[in-house]
Amino acid sequence: MSGVLHRHPRLRLGLLLGPPMLWLGVAYLGALAALFITALWTADGFTGNIQREWTLDNFKDVFSLEVYRTITIRTLLTAVAVTVIDAALAFPVALYMAKVASPRAQRLLVIAILTPLWASYLVKAYAWRGMFSADGPIAWLADPFGLSTPGYGLVATVVTLAYLWLPYMILPMYAGLERLPNSLLEASADLGAGARVTLRRVVLPVLFPAVVAGSIFTFSLTLGDYIAVKIVGGTNQMLGNVIYDNVLTGNNLPFAAAVSTIPVVIMLVYLAAVRRTGALDNL
Amino acid sequence: MTLSPLTRRLLALITGVALLVVYAPLMLVLLNSFNTSQSFAWPPTGLTTRWWQAAWESQGARAAIWTSVEVAVLATAIALVLGTMAALALQRFAFFGRDFVSLLIILPIALPGVVTGIALANAFTTMIGIELGFFTLVVSHATFCIVTVFNNAVARLRRLGGNLEEASMDLGAGTFRTFFKITLPMLRSSLLAGGLLAFALSFDEIIVTTFTVGQGIQTLPIWIYQNLFRPNQAPVVNVVAAALIVLSVVPIWIAQRLAGTDESVAAAH
Amino acid sequence: MRKKRTLAGTAAFGLALALSLAACGTEDAGDDSSPDSASEGPGGFVPPDIAMADSLGDNEGTLSVLAWPGYAEDGSTDKAVDWVTPFEKQTGCDVSVKYFNTSDEAVTLMKSGQYDVVSASGDATLRLIAAGDVAPVNTDLIPNYADEYDFLKDRPWNSVGGQMYGVPHGYGANLLMYNTDVVKPAPTSWRAVFEDASTYSGKVTAYDSPIYIADAALYLMKTQPDLGIKDPYALDADQLAAAVDLLKAQKEHVGEYWSDYLKEISAFESGDSVVGTTWQVIVNYTKANVEAILPEEGATGWSDTWMISSKTEVPNCAYAWLNHIISPEANAAVAEWFGEAPANPKACDLTSEGFCDGYHAGDESYADQIHYWTTPIEQCLDGRTDVSCTTYQDWTQAWTEIKG
Repeated sequence: MSGVLHRHPRLRLGLLLGPPMLWLGVAYLGALAALFITALWTADGFTGNIQREWTLDNFKDVFSLEVYRTITIRTLLTAVAVTVIDAALAFPVALYMAKVASPRAQRLLVIAILTPLWASYLVKAYAWRGMFSADGPIAWLADPFGLSTPGYGLVATVVTLAYLWLPYMILPMYAGLERLPNSLLEASADLGAGARVTLRRVVLPVLFPAVVAGSIFTFSLTLGDYIAVKIVGGTNQMLGNVIYDNVLTGNNLPFAAAVSTIPVVIMLVYLAAVRRTGALDNL
Repeated sequence: MTLSPLTRRLLALITGVALLVVYAPLMLVLLNSFNTSQSFAWPPTGLTTRWWQAAWESQGARAAIWTSVEVAVLATAIALVLGTMAALALQRFAFFGRDFVSLLIILPIALPGVVTGIALANAFTTMIGIELGFFTLVVSHATFCIVTVFNNAVARLRRLGGNLEEASMDLGAGTFRTFFKITLPMLRSSLLAGGLLAFALSFDEIIVTTFTVGQGIQTLPIWIYQNLFRPNQAPVVNVVAAALIVLSVVPIWIAQRLAGTDESVAAAH
Repeated sequence: MRKKRTLAGTAAFGLALALSLAACGTEDAGDDSSPDSASEGPGGFVPPDIAMADSLGDNEGTLSVLAWPGYAEDGSTDKAVDWVTPFEKQTGCDVSVKYFNTSDEAVTLMKSGQYDVVSASGDATLRLIAAGDVAPVNTDLIPNYADEYDFLKDRPWNSVGGQMYGVPHGYGANLLMYNTDVVKPAPTSWRAVFEDASTYSGKVTAYDSPIYIADAALYLMKTQPDLGIKDPYALDADQLAAAVDLLKAQKEHVGEYWSDYLKEISAFESGDSVVGTTWQVIVNYTKANVEAILPEEGATGWSDTWMISSKTEVPNCAYAWLNHIISPEANAAVAEWFGEAPANPKACDLTSEGFCDGYHAGDESYADQIHYWTTPIEQCLDGRTDVSCTTYQDWTQAWTEIKG
């Protein structure tokens, strides 16, 4: 057996690749494909049973009704804002962890960054609800300065999501920077490059794919979120809410499937755009 | 770019502030687990250990934690196997469609959870015709966990190259022997890191879970979701969350230790 | 959990089941009613012939319960909250509980025949009856039934042709809550959250579910008779549009929509919300100066029934459960834990002081003002046949549009 495998690398490849491909390529892609076929059907208003008559009505509704455009733009802007905030916050932290902190401190910092991931997402979101409330800690801190809490709304949503997904941005950036040898930085300095040039020519090429990798998390997690926005978003709704409501309260899977194409297309376009950067190897 | 002392201090300061911001809400959670007010009035109306006692006695919470652990362990195990296989295939072979395969592995995490959730639920119930339950939950969790293992393994394989494996093969070791004697030990720490992340991902997942969990099964996030919305239970939820934060340091710390020692072992090979 | 209750709205509403059955003729209910007899309305459908128990024997030893979360607590959530264990000790029936989150789930699960008893809401009951999934209940075999409020018996959602299909369990109304420090003078009408919402702009709250459209429809029904709304759950396209316009105007002043207890409680305690729709249980838990009223227009609400599977192999334990769950002790415990009016007046002696008054248990005129949650379907529930009504799917999309 072993010998056969040894002599036939293709066979080895086939055996290695087979199970994951069956799982992801057949089962997962199949499920996605089925979902999008469902989008071309309708659901019976009484039983919620799916009626297999081909129609483009769901897509027509999604793309013609203004409300879905508004929600898409709101969701997209939220995702962009969350990503930018996370990247801006993560850079100095990751740089400190990778290049300043002692090995021991590094290890402790990684633990400190990873630990919040274990605190329940829901509990953290609710904690931010407490922070933003009219008599919560933010209002309490802002009051002496004559300011007030922004209250529940998009600002609170962006802050909460940025908070929730921050570790997903710090970790790839830290990994990227850590891989950057100190000798390379020193060499750059020795060759007379200033900090700015080194940053641009040496650090950024390493950092960029890491940021993109992190942004895939922050972007997709934000695009699919429907819980945090319910907790701190005031009256706002996101694409995730529309999908959730149509599946679980509206009993209208076909329409939910049609709405789902929006975040899927956004993510596929994004993945295609960043594929060349090598970011996908950095996740 | 040698960082000036000022820059270093500035970075330390920013990191400190960032950690403070990260931990402030968690501290609020911890504080509220002792808050006498059931709806977390600020500042706390008083302190009590009542909720900790109630949480300790809550069978529902314990059962839910156990369910979550079971699901996460199984999903992580599947992800370890499939993720390692995919990583070896992609890193040790060149073949047509490689890019497509790597994209495919990323897809479950890159697509919003709500989409993955309804797609899998729909496939389970209408296409395959199995009732949603423990099995479907493990399958769906494993699907998005594969990528974390894969990424860690691929990064390690790329860094280490295939020389040792080739040498082993040249010396007459078979495929399996080479894998278990050479490749696996090299991968160990990266698999640990990937597995840990997969475990954490599964343990706290709620969105895909909501759609694929079926009736009667309560993972911890589902338990939290249901109990958070009962006014008399919310403080107990806070206790569970606070306890988990504290406890989570242990596995992470162990993993860090192991990864650290292991790294040097792998490097010495 | 109550949030889930709205999800119950997803299920197609049973009252019009007969109509729809006849219309599509595909359901597996053993009912052969012709379109003509079906169009007579709820009274016109004949449930499948299922035997009713006429006597009881020894308990079989097991019982599988399908329940709303909070309806069958066995001490696993909170040690002190347990009305399953006493039942097990009393009857020797070993109980396993499964929770469901939507009426749809309940209907689907009951079809499997794995469950012996179910707590069904008004939007699931007649579907279960018509499909032959639940059996008629011989109330003579349930001693505690005699004690229950008469106005809950023989209602369209729990009986057919005078035959009960279960025992009433509890009910509640969606009230108008306001902060007494801020909202002055005290409101008496839903006008406070509609036309007068601008007074407290940004601090108005509303229930986050398509079913909330019925609240607007109820208000329009009373204030704009020209629209011809007879039933807040039977809206034609024009009537729905009017309700949507009202809610869109309201949205300008809404601070946030709430969907769970805690969210509304915290918003009222912190002052983020000062007026809006609520449940009695929320009022009781809110530690701020709030008051809740049943406005002059009436209100929407819910009413639940315990039913027995037609496929049960443990009828004796099932009857024992029905008797137990409406016993004063259990009914009181559920009512207090869940936050609703009990169906058994004797439960009121065991609840905490003022509990039943707070929930207006037994107040028939109060109960009459509640329009119980049902799911809107194409066939108008108010009996109109010249137009087709909007479905819950339409409501779901309208709700998305309202929130924008």
